[in-house]
Amino acid sequence: MRDLTEAFSTALRMILGGDPELLEIVRLSLEVSTAALFLAACVGLPLGGLVALLRFPGRRFVAILLNALMGLPPVVVGLLVYLMLSRSGPLGGLGWLFTPTAMILAQFVLIVPIVASLTRQVVEDLWEEYESQLRSLGAGPLRAIPTLLWDGRYRLVTTLLAGFGRAIAEVGAVIIVGGNIAHVTRVMTTAIALETRKGDLALALALGLVLLGMSLGINAAASLVTEFARRREG
Amino acid sequence: MVKRWTLLGIALGALLVWPWPPGVGGEAPFVTLASTTSTQTSGLFEAILPRFEAETGIEVRVVAVGTGQALRIGRSGDADLVLVHDRAAEERFIEEGFGLVRHELMYNDFVIVGPGDDPAGVRSFADAVRALAQIAAVRATFVSRGDDSGTHKAERRLWRIAGVDPTASSGAWYREVGAGMGSTLNTTAAIGAYTLTDRGTWLSFKNRRELEILVEGDARLANHYAAIAVNPGRHPHVKREAAARLIEWLLSEPGQRAIDNFRIQGQRLFVPSAASGR
Amino acid sequence: MSPGRVAASILPLEFDSVGYTVGGRPLVRELSFRLEPGLRTLILGPNGSGKSLTLRLAHGLLRPSSGSVRWHGAAPERVRGDQAMVFERPVLLRRSVLANLEYALALKSVPRRARRDVAFEFLRKTGLESLAQRSARVLSAGEQQRLAIARAWATEPEVLLLDEPTAVLDPGAARSIEKLIDAIAGSGTRIVMTTHDLAQARRLADEVLFLWEGRLLEHARADEFFDRPESDRARAFLRGEPMW
Repeated sequence: MRDLTEAFSTALRMILGGDPELLEIVRLSLEVSTAALFLAACVGLPLGGLVALLRFPGRRFVAILLNALMGLPPVVVGLLVYLMLSRSGPLGGLGWLFTPTAMILAQFVLIVPIVASLTRQVVEDLWEEYESQLRSLGAGPLRAIPTLLWDGRYRLVTTLLAGFGRAIAEVGAVIIVGGNIAHVTRVMTTAIALETRKGDLALALALGLVLLGMSLGINAAASLVTEFARRREG
Repeated sequence: MVKRWTLLGIALGALLVWPWPPGVGGEAPFVTLASTTSTQTSGLFEAILPRFEAETGIEVRVVAVGTGQALRIGRSGDADLVLVHDRAAEERFIEEGFGLVRHELMYNDFVIVGPGDDPAGVRSFADAVRALAQIAAVRATFVSRGDDSGTHKAERRLWRIAGVDPTASSGAWYREVGAGMGSTLNTTAAIGAYTLTDRGTWLSFKNRRELEILVEGDARLANHYAAIAVNPGRHPHVKREAAARLIEWLLSEPGQRAIDNFRIQGQRLFVPSAASGR
Repeated sequence: MSPGRVAASILPLEFDSVGYTVGGRPLVRELSFRLEPGLRTLILGPNGSGKSLTLRLAHGLLRPSSGSVRWHGAAPERVRGDQAMVFERPVLLRRSVLANLEYALALKSVPRRARRDVAFEFLRKTGLESLAQRSARVLSAGEQQRLAIARAWATEPEVLLLDEPTAVLDPGAARSIEKLIDAIAGSGTRIVMTTHDLAQARRLADEVLFLWEGRLLEHARADEFFDRPESDRARAFLRGEPMW
């Protein structure tokens, strides 16, 4: 109980005091996860659209695979990326291990299936509604993908938020490929893990509260914006 | 339609000029040190490394894992040097050609901690091995790192001397948590069990609850830390010079003094040993 | 629009013994007819008689289970560019009124520079000009249907298929749609339309196809059909009697 109240007051103090170390960690968390989300969107949105609309052998299997990969344990992703990026691995020459780039890559791998799979669902649902009309206008499935992605944009915002939430909240992958190096690869979650190891549960919890607050803020902002736009555009 | 492409263009442009976080471009020189959780959680590096960085302009990036994992990182060439505490493994690391020379830096000691009411009755045993045997005899709960770390190896060595195979009781009174020292202490405190910990982590650990030091001072509880540069013959990309400078500094008078001066609550955590080690 | 069209008409449309079956249930049976250029055709019949299916088969959105549909010998999908279809509940894209038109024009390969002018021309013709920048999804049902028609018309099809375009509209909106259809027919586009509104059919039709339970019961000139229907079913339908 004491830990809890202490955590709240510590969290408040850190935020209000503008603790520079905290700001640095928060900034890196946001940068890494935003970059990962951007890349995942570039791949996941079209991929989800393709799996939704294109008829090719093994389509069902790919859809199931994407669904299954949504539950991929971050530690496994971390290990795979680690083995790829290690100096003894195939991409070792890049020198990316223990850098933020490695963390972006790991989070990207982690959330592409989420973005792609949820996008597939959204696009499939829209296609049911739009298919006759779009075919009539002369748009085949391939041409319909960008159209449906754009028309489903409000629902896809939720999809992207789900990916972002998973990216910024996970620790297993980034701690392996990033190494939790102070001032270099330390993000919110790895800092929380470190403070827990130090037995400073109040500080760890305070960091957790800051993370929760960030997530809340981002989700609230996104839902306000989409709600506003949806009202305006019908 | 047009607006959409504009947006996409802006997004792509933003990615190109993305303020890439540090570590991507080549800025300040740095060296990667694979080390143990015990040295990191104690706060030693934060206390002493800024001096080295100020003196040389070389940034030290510490990846803190268990000793076994740290040596594996060294083996695959993902660190420039290691700072670990498992002599047998260190010697193997060098023999196999992955490391250059073992430099003993400092030591502290392991202690056996347990609940204050001491159900196994081992308090003040001078003999750590007898204490473990006693814990096993009454089947008092003992939490093991179980992660192939230096501390884990030391613990297993003590069990071996005691002639007890605790893994036969794994899951019963012997709990292998497969975690770093701090996490292991969290677990131990939560269930009121015994464990073996290095003094450094213990002193800086804040969530002790009922735990106290019950056994200390046995010569077999000594815990030596050594630094080894990764062999550039094996991994040509490692920063041999930066690594050599770091080791040199750690062994030097100012480095050893910095280690000596690192205190938590007035207590010294590591005893410099460069002179005696060489 | 497409230069070849003037030379090669896609009409006549020929249905030859077309059947359409879903899950073993025949919804369209042995449907044979031929639509020539120049007339306005209204497809009439009670609910479930196969009117919409007939339009979709003609448009190539559905493939017949048996028989064949041919536009001047060609399969419907191949000449879909010369047809346009307006649905009972049009799907408008989640973007502005203007962008909805431009989207359709882009799909017809109208050059980017020409799209805006063409789009505005058809917004004017359909009385939607003042709404050009409005979001299509917030329009009233009548405005939405007008936009759907503008979108179809802007591609300058030879044949315009309309599936119950006024079924969900109030009488005022329905009349304004009818006026539009008049104008489109006047511009030389062949109209094929379904409705269950008899008064509307009387106002618009040159010829009538009367369907009942997936069968074609009558194919006649409008005045003949309305004055002297041949079948009992059609007589009952025209008198508004129950159809069972």
